Amino acid sequence: MNAVLLSPRVLRSLLPAVSLVALLAAIFYLQPRAMSYLGLNLLLNLALPIAFATIAQMCVITVNDLDLGIGTFVGLVACIGATWLRDTPLLGVAALLACVAGYAALGALIHLRNLPAIVVTLGMSFVWLGLALLVLPTPGGKVPDWIRAVMTFKTPGVPFAIYASVALAAIVHVGLMRSAYGVVLRGAGGNPRSVARAGWSLLRTKVTMYALAGVFGVLSGLSLIGLTTSADANIALRYTLLSIAGVILGGGEFVGGRVSPVGAVIGAATLTLAGSFLSFLRISPDWQIGAQGAILIVVLALRVLINRLGTRR
Amino acid sequence: MTGARLPIVELDGVEKHFGAVRALVGVELSVGAGECLGLVGHNGAGKSTLMAILAGTLAPGGGRITLSGRPAGTHYSVGAAHRAGIRCVFQELSLCPNLTVAENARILHPALRGFGWRRRAATLIGAKLNEIFPGHGIAGGEPVGDLSIARRQMVEIARAFTVTDAAADLVILDEPTSSLDAVVAGQLLAFVRRFVETGGACILISHLLGEVLSTAGRIVVMRDGAVVAARQAEDFTRDTLVQAMGSVARAEGGAPAAFASKRADEPVIRARPLGQGAGEALAAYRGEVVGLAGLGGHGQTETLLEIFAGRGDRPMALVAGDRQSDGIFPLWSIARNIGIGSIRGLSRLGLVDAVAERRLAETWRQRIGIRTPDIGNPILSLSGGNQQKALFARALGSEAEIILMDDPMRGVDIGTKQEVYRMIRAEAEKGRTFLWYTTEMDELIHCDHVYVFRDGRVVADLPRDRLSEEAVLHASFGEAA
Repeated sequence: MNAVLLSPRVLRSLLPAVSLVALLAAIFYLQPRAMSYLGLNLLLNLALPIAFATIAQMCVITVNDLDLGIGTFVGLVACIGATWLRDTPLLGVAALLACVAGYAALGALIHLRNLPAIVVTLGMSFVWLGLALLVLPTPGGKVPDWIRAVMTFKTPGVPFAIYASVALAAIVHVGLMRSAYGVVLRGAGGNPRSVARAGWSLLRTKVTMYALAGVFGVLSGLSLIGLTTSADANIALRYTLLSIAGVILGGGEFVGGRVSPVGAVIGAATLTLAGSFLSFLRISPDWQIGAQGAILIVVLALRVLINRLGTRR
Repeated sequence: MTGARLPIVELDGVEKHFGAVRALVGVELSVGAGECLGLVGHNGAGKSTLMAILAGTLAPGGGRITLSGRPAGTHYSVGAAHRAGIRCVFQELSLCPNLTVAENARILHPALRGFGWRRRAATLIGAKLNEIFPGHGIAGGEPVGDLSIARRQMVEIARAFTVTDAAADLVILDEPTSSLDAVVAGQLLAFVRRFVETGGACILISHLLGEVLSTAGRIVVMRDGAVVAARQAEDFTRDTLVQAMGSVARAEGGAPAAFASKRADEPVIRARPLGQGAGEALAAYRGEVVGLAGLGGHGQTETLLEIFAGRGDRPMALVAGDRQSDGIFPLWSIARNIGIGSIRGLSRLGLVDAVAERRLAETWRQRIGIRTPDIGNPILSLSGGNQQKALFARALGSEAEIILMDDPMRGVDIGTKQEVYRMIRAEAEKGRTFLWYTTEMDELIHCDHVYVFRDGRVVADLPRDRLSEEAVLHASFGEAA
């Protein structure tokens, strides 16, 4: 029994949760007042948009690609949400649907022309930014009231962000890890040839995953402006790297279709908390990004250590 | 035997070309229900190409495919093969390592879906594993990436025999026992016999002739992309099979008649392949062309890389076999691609002397005959054969005394080959030493000395006066009885 519990595979999948709990414990130790409804809400409400962006990134990583445009895409969605979606809802919804369709088309283009996704999405990041500036040239706008209402909804027990994160992790877990078609989607990342030889369309898997990335990108943008109440084209530039770090922190790997939705959401929360943790330590904001990187390196080093343990046996 | 029912699949005059290389030339083949067909042939005989066409992953260049009496038409695809009940276990493993055993079964079966598909998939693959490999010890929930190679192969074989709404009428096994131990291989062959007795059909491709002779009802021998013999298994023996695979009557055209051993003094290279343990090693002497023969993937490349890694500061060059991934720098010019092999001699004060680089490349363009109007053109403007010549020029243009070649002639046309053979002989005369891994029998006649590899070991050591195709084939197919 002990051997099963301590096997590298189990340890590896527990690592993200253990890091999150360790970080939370450290925060509560430094600042016991954070252990309250209000405290948790303040700590975690920004985790939800990051979690959505991380899941979007994870969809792309599942099929062995990397999305360097998700940050500016979230910014574009935020700008559309704070302008058209409030003033002319029909146009706003149509624009958001077009954004998702654009992502799906990106997947098709990358597959059909066999282009490197990094280059295509990096190029698109400038397109998204440009479009966002066209929609909202200066920071401002106003979020539709219903989004604001959803994001500030007072749930019983623990804050809304926690319920939403758990629901997000559960839904994506069922869809990608447990459903029959989810297996094909992950298989397309693990061994595309084998999936194609079994008669599945690789184009379809890629378009599906990119479209899903678009959907989660839209959710990320809308949940973000629900918290900030107004938008800015540059509002989510950090999300590109945060989302990649979140996926990897959550136990995912860059290639091979090895991803974990639950881990990705936990990874996003860990990254959000890392910022607060460093504030509580009174580390100046100038050093925070570097310190965040250090936390990332520690967790990844632990993972390598566990893997080593596995190969030695 | 096949007259009673229509054959499951029938090939008529199927052809396939890859550029100038003719992989298949008018192949006729038919497999009926209740039949195990053995398929043997040397490397490059076209077996794997033929199987890829049957499985629908490769479109035939010509000819007709008939499935149970109905012509398959021009759009024969993976889907059509699946619907016809044709399954294939490919030589290289084709499972998704990130998925579990049960999930990999799901990839093959679109019918495994809806509520409870996981349990059904695990039951399906588990039952088949129990049937073929009793005592296998593989759990359905285990990720394939965590399994040993042998167990992965067992899963892949079992998966090919599973039946949901799609039948498994004809299962093609391409080298199925290559990573299985004797006991498990025996279990598989026994299952194949049972499968055939109950009306299934199998195509068994194997380099282990004993396996084929004992399991197959009929054996088809391929050589140079064509079927050269097809008889009942009882009519073959090991020796007649080996004879059929090799070209006994082939003319010894062009081979230098006189053989004078260059083996004197000390060898410039001594090596022992990793699987060798104690026992005889491999040696190469100054001015020799030493061939490493045997079936592909039996340790030749590993041995070359081992020698190269242990070169120290002795000048040594390696001509890669897979030029796309290991050989050329695709974004560079031809001159740069040649010059990189001698970059130390070409640089002054840490900068590359462009004039000297061009001069070197120009010299070799003429000597080896690279067909290009300008040596400054990008390397990708050359045909495959000429790219390979540039790689030879890179190795020969350096000061390397020892040149290792890892099956460098793959996909090179015959004219280019002749030019390169001449070049190799001329350079060997000048005292350079060549270690040449080749899967082509015809190239061995250019070697002074040939080592035959099997299972990572040297199993035969043939100087040219004792070299014959039969001797090489016998050594490569010899079985650990």
